[in-house]
Amino acid sequence: MSGAGPSAPSGLYSDVIRDRWRRPRHRGDLPGANAVAEDVNPLCGDRVRMMLAVEPEGRIAEARFLGDSCAICTASADVVADLVAGRSRSEAAALDIADVLAVLQAEIRPTRMRCVTLPISVLAKALDWSPKR
Amino acid sequence: MTLDELTRPDFPILQRVVNGRPLVYFDSGASSQKPRAVLEAMSRYYERSHANVHRSIHTLGEEATELYELARDAVQRFIGASSREEVVFTRGTTDGLGLIAETIGRTLGRGDEIVVTELEHHSNLIPWQLVAKDRGAVLKAVPILADGTLDLAAYDRLLTKRTRVVAFTHVSNVVGTINPVTEMVRRARGVNALTVVDGAQAAPHQRLDMSALECDFYVFSAHKMLGPTGIGVMYGRRAVLDSLEPGRGGSEMIKEVWIDRAQWNDLPWRFEPGTPPIAEAVGLTAAIEYLEKLGMDRVTEHERALTRQTHEGLARIPGATVYGPPPSVERGAVVSFAVEGLHPHDVAALLDAQGIAVRAGHHCAMPLMRRLGVVGTSRATFSVFNSPDEVALLLTAVAGLSSAL
Repeated sequence: MSGAGPSAPSGLYSDVIRDRWRRPRHRGDLPGANAVAEDVNPLCGDRVRMMLAVEPEGRIAEARFLGDSCAICTASADVVADLVAGRSRSEAAALDIADVLAVLQAEIRPTRMRCVTLPISVLAKALDWSPKR
Repeated sequence: MTLDELTRPDFPILQRVVNGRPLVYFDSGASSQKPRAVLEAMSRYYERSHANVHRSIHTLGEEATELYELARDAVQRFIGASSREEVVFTRGTTDGLGLIAETIGRTLGRGDEIVVTELEHHSNLIPWQLVAKDRGAVLKAVPILADGTLDLAAYDRLLTKRTRVVAFTHVSNVVGTINPVTEMVRRARGVNALTVVDGAQAAPHQRLDMSALECDFYVFSAHKMLGPTGIGVMYGRRAVLDSLEPGRGGSEMIKEVWIDRAQWNDLPWRFEPGTPPIAEAVGLTAAIEYLEKLGMDRVTEHERALTRQTHEGLARIPGATVYGPPPSVERGAVVSFAVEGLHPHDVAALLDAQGIAVRAGHHCAMPLMRRLGVVGTSRATFSVFNSPDEVALLLTAVAGLSSAL
């Protein structure tokens, strides 16, 4: 472990997490969003807002997020936005933590699991919030 | 011999290797580590003397009672209380502040005012919010200035003839600001308000003297001052304690009981319902004796040097920001900082990968975070066993973080 510096490989911060933290694909406002929710992680104060543009027949055309959040939470939100785009509402509602973890490819410790789950629970709130069809 | 050289062999946990590195523990502000003297005192108590206190006639009961009450004497000496009756044991700072808020709260009426500050830990804010809601009282907060100190001119304006309670922290758990307790108490007394001081971040680090501070209540926890979890102290000025009805009921706190009424026990037991944390009291005695042997002035000097080294070192690192008063101002043993482009939780996780334990997040002070314009900070806090070499490790690690994610 030759003087492993801070950039040494860490199971917590996978390449996927680093990449999506540096260059999130879906971060930003979504002006036409018609399903929106926001929540905080009470453990750390992180805040995530998910915005969905849901088409009349129920397909999610686009998803974006905004937030003050750590690398893991940001990467999770970005992956969630990726996974729900193009899906139906019910498919999106079925998204669970295993789907996100499969993409993140990281060893998330119990203390950081809430960082992963916050965007998923905010997605569920957003799907709940919009007018039911 | 420096204080860290003197004390490190006493802390078994410092032998731990974390993520391949020797543990560097900079989270004593959340909970300190324990010297062997504390661990041994508690296990000796359980192995030789444990029984319930106060009501047991047998030998062990007498020993346990004596040990428990010796802790009260140790605390009285440690904080300069004028009598042992002023020392009430609680489960910790949060419990003590809640007990005070409930107890005083019953005496408040609609429109009475409670003054807190923007520096408060949630433990010294939420209980007052609950009281205000319950009694129709008004809650006001003293704002902070840009340097993290309180705006004392605003404090003066907030004090009115309706102010019944002023509750504030001695030392900020986030930015380390040391509030001028004696002066704030004096001004509160000018409007006949009771004063409640949260001493959680002061008691482990500096000499305390209740007769000089002159506050009505002073509250702290054992576990941040080398003692065990599960016990804290609520100091109350005798005249005030005498005037208050007990906040909570149960055994121990009564003299005589009928179905429809009871006669309260004497101080301090009137405020200690139920079986108290006895082993924890024994551990607290050992922690106090340990600190007294080192000398609190020496403790302060050692930790202030580490705090200054950290503050000045971080300030020199490009992209690092330190919150709170400048290094020229004396502060508690805490330094909150940010690293540009990194979330505080990621800073803490990356430092942990190098064996360095710091805290990250809102530190149970969300209003202060909002005031600082951040979601959270990373925070290093210090104790007697921390060394300048450990601070140097922290500084090197932080300097390398910007390229870490």
